Amino acid sequence: MYDVAIIGGGVVGGMIARTLASYQLNICILEKAHDVATGASAANSAIVHAGYDAKEGSLKAKLNVRGSQLMPTVCGELGVKYKNNGSLVIGFSEEDRTALEALLVRGQKNGVSGLRILEKEELHALEPNLSADVLYALHAPTGAIVCPYELTIAAIGNAMDNGADLKLDFAVSSICNLGTHYEISSANETVSARYVINAAGVFADEIAKMAGDDSFSIHPRRGEYVLLDKECGSIVAHTIFRTPGKMGKGILVSPTVDGNLITGPTGVDIEDKLDKSTTAEGLSFVMQQSNENTTGIPFGKSITSFCGLRAVGSTGDFIINNTLPRFVNVAGIESPGLSSAPAIAEMVVELLGDAGLVLEKKTDFNPIRPATHAFREGTIEEKNAMIAKDPAYGHIICRCEGVSEGEILAAIRQNPRPRDLDGVKRRTRAQMGRCQGGFCSPYIVELLAQEMNIPYEDVTKCGGKSRINVQKTKGGAL
Amino acid sequence: MREIDLVIIGGGPAGMSAALAAHEAGIRDLLILERDEKLGGILQQCIHNGFGLHRFGEELTGPEYAWRYEKEVHEKNIPFLLGTMVLDITPDRVVTATNTESGVFQLKAKAIILAMGCRERSRGALNIAGTRPAGIYSAGTAQKYVNLKGYLPGKEVVILGSGDIGLIMARRMTLEGAKVHAVCELMPYSGGLARNIEQCLNDFNIPLRLSHTVVEIHGRERLEGVTIAKVDERRRPIPETREYIPCDTLLLSVGLIPENELSKTADVTLDRVTNGAVVDQDRQTATEGIFACGNVLHVHDLVDFVSEEAEVAGKSAAAYILGRTEKKLHIPLSTDGRVRYTVPQVITAEKDVTVYFRVADVYRNVTLKVFDGERVVAQKKKSRMAPGEMESITLKSSAFADAKDLKFVLEVR
Repeated sequence: MYDVAIIGGGVVGGMIARTLASYQLNICILEKAHDVATGASAANSAIVHAGYDAKEGSLKAKLNVRGSQLMPTVCGELGVKYKNNGSLVIGFSEEDRTALEALLVRGQKNGVSGLRILEKEELHALEPNLSADVLYALHAPTGAIVCPYELTIAAIGNAMDNGADLKLDFAVSSICNLGTHYEISSANETVSARYVINAAGVFADEIAKMAGDDSFSIHPRRGEYVLLDKECGSIVAHTIFRTPGKMGKGILVSPTVDGNLITGPTGVDIEDKLDKSTTAEGLSFVMQQSNENTTGIPFGKSITSFCGLRAVGSTGDFIINNTLPRFVNVAGIESPGLSSAPAIAEMVVELLGDAGLVLEKKTDFNPIRPATHAFREGTIEEKNAMIAKDPAYGHIICRCEGVSEGEILAAIRQNPRPRDLDGVKRRTRAQMGRCQGGFCSPYIVELLAQEMNIPYEDVTKCGGKSRINVQKTKGGAL
Repeated sequence: MREIDLVIIGGGPAGMSAALAAHEAGIRDLLILERDEKLGGILQQCIHNGFGLHRFGEELTGPEYAWRYEKEVHEKNIPFLLGTMVLDITPDRVVTATNTESGVFQLKAKAIILAMGCRERSRGALNIAGTRPAGIYSAGTAQKYVNLKGYLPGKEVVILGSGDIGLIMARRMTLEGAKVHAVCELMPYSGGLARNIEQCLNDFNIPLRLSHTVVEIHGRERLEGVTIAKVDERRRPIPETREYIPCDTLLLSVGLIPENELSKTADVTLDRVTNGAVVDQDRQTATEGIFACGNVLHVHDLVDFVSEEAEVAGKSAAAYILGRTEKKLHIPLSTDGRVRYTVPQVITAEKDVTVYFRVADVYRNVTLKVFDGERVVAQKKKSRMAPGEMESITLKSSAFADAKDLKFVLEVR
């Protein structure tokens, strides 16, 4: 019997799990995919929003501002890359300027510090590659960037290091309230838990329905992105947003914490919660709009394009409540969900306490998870000290991102353990560079097969039917 | 920091030939740094024949061709380090590298030869719409799985791009029992060698669909199919021609990119067309003492020419180390657009120079003329020139010694 079961291994579930793991509680994360961080947490803009966007008084506003304040500490403890690069919301017209001033006022009401409108000259001195048509911008110095899947993996890993269980391939098919506890079942297994957290992303409405709550619905909104080579990562220093309109925040251009340039997302409401396909129209829209924001983005140097699905809730705000006893919905966590995640975790713990969960701090909780990228960023002396201890750190597997065998093996052996190529990619950045795994993936398949003790041809890209090789050749394996 | 005469980065065909040529020219304090566990580079996985026709007059496999050089490297006791990845090069030629035995170490070299080869363009660079399932590989990655690892990545195959590796893999996958449904080529002509079209596609009845591209990828976990479409003369897909092909594998053979990330750390000037360094006739880059050869300089069709070019680089690096390089001239070479690029891009010495070049399209009945102002310095007639086949012309030093610049112009009759 678990004290708390968390359905959903995304950034929200992960941050909640990590916070709960600091209490004397028996907790479990249930994730339907082959790995954690495979939904919206793997494919979003990777921004820690300052908090000027959401309507004053909303949960989005409150949790965004609080989350953005907590984020540097959380990232520091979890060894996750975080960069306070600041955001600029750009305007092209007087009309935009009026909207920017309204945003500024809203931001101040929300408690965002340092907001200021920059005039053309100061703005272009700050960001020389902005399009000449950009006349003003709202500068939000507290805006930041973070790697969302790294944060999710680190939060879940840290929760596991502090005793939490993780069950992968656990697609919840029924939830039964037995008065004192819930029974949560997948096709193969049933888990009992006194309290349940529904952090199931785009599927949160279906999970709530299984438990008997049909008070809200979620629909997926497609967001397509184009990611560019690290060579292009310094085209802008700030995250460049457009003045928000009816269609949302529009296409942004931003450096990532890993040095790439990210552009996107589109925002198209769709039906299918599994449809993560990009479209020709979407990708060309991203490129066209990005080029209106900034000059000289060389899209010939794009290294990948992808699509994420935002979980858009029916209420317009985050849906965080416990309409059912001992069952907390954390739903509709679209943007600014990543930014809010640490604050959402705080709020959920409070709700659980109010609902009767006894919260006593663990004395031995360790909030620290060593940075997975420590080796790459070390000095020659630091690197050599690590190589002397474990020579595998001297062997570079991923040439584009400079990832060593030692780092890959450490990631494969660390909570939460990856079981496929994409899992290794999200943890180590191996295969994430400009060759997109062309050179290193055959080696990583070998390392996974060896560490998991499975045949080479059974290694997958992302579980299920996604095998990389289908059989041995006529000559047999070499 | 250890000081050394010559560091060669890469132990493939270019690196080995360059090392042997430098050794031949008297350099003994040299070292090849190779990231793989074996010498030979990409030739290790090229088990088909056709290598060495120009150099050895026989048809060797890739490993056989590589062995001719590797054997000599062993015989001459040329030092090399395997499993060694170069992390950084500075403009004043400090090389930082790492391996399991020495950890991260640095060498201060009198000269460096860049011979890192190239990589394949990936799906990401093409922005093909659709899902991101397993089953999409660059042709070279698939070749590695099949030929070096002994595993077959899939059985129902579509190939995008008719570069040579794609053509070779069409045949290889077929021989392994896979069905290759189509090779789609965006351009109205193939970028591969004519002999590969014949031997790898026509001999196996594999359709080559020119002016076609993949417009959408389908399948959630594993690839389930691709939508292809014909493209118009501006290479835009024509919607009415969309056609779904069920398949579990998509191989990409859509271009090779010289791997010049290290060159950039050394401030080597790159050519926007070749994506390789700008070099003179000695294959010396604009950064003094740094030379480049092979596919890191410009993508070659045949390894025979890689070896030839690497010998120039190796010999020149030796002359540089021994203080025998004379720079007298500075004659930039320019092109008319029909000629896409030349290597070298600049001539700095008064000696006969063979200039390699590629053209931008398929042209018939052409005359290549090299102009010094109004004066024709050299010319060459040919019935056909195509982007897939590298061309060359030799310029006599007596003809260009006084030139300010030389322009390569392709006249089409």
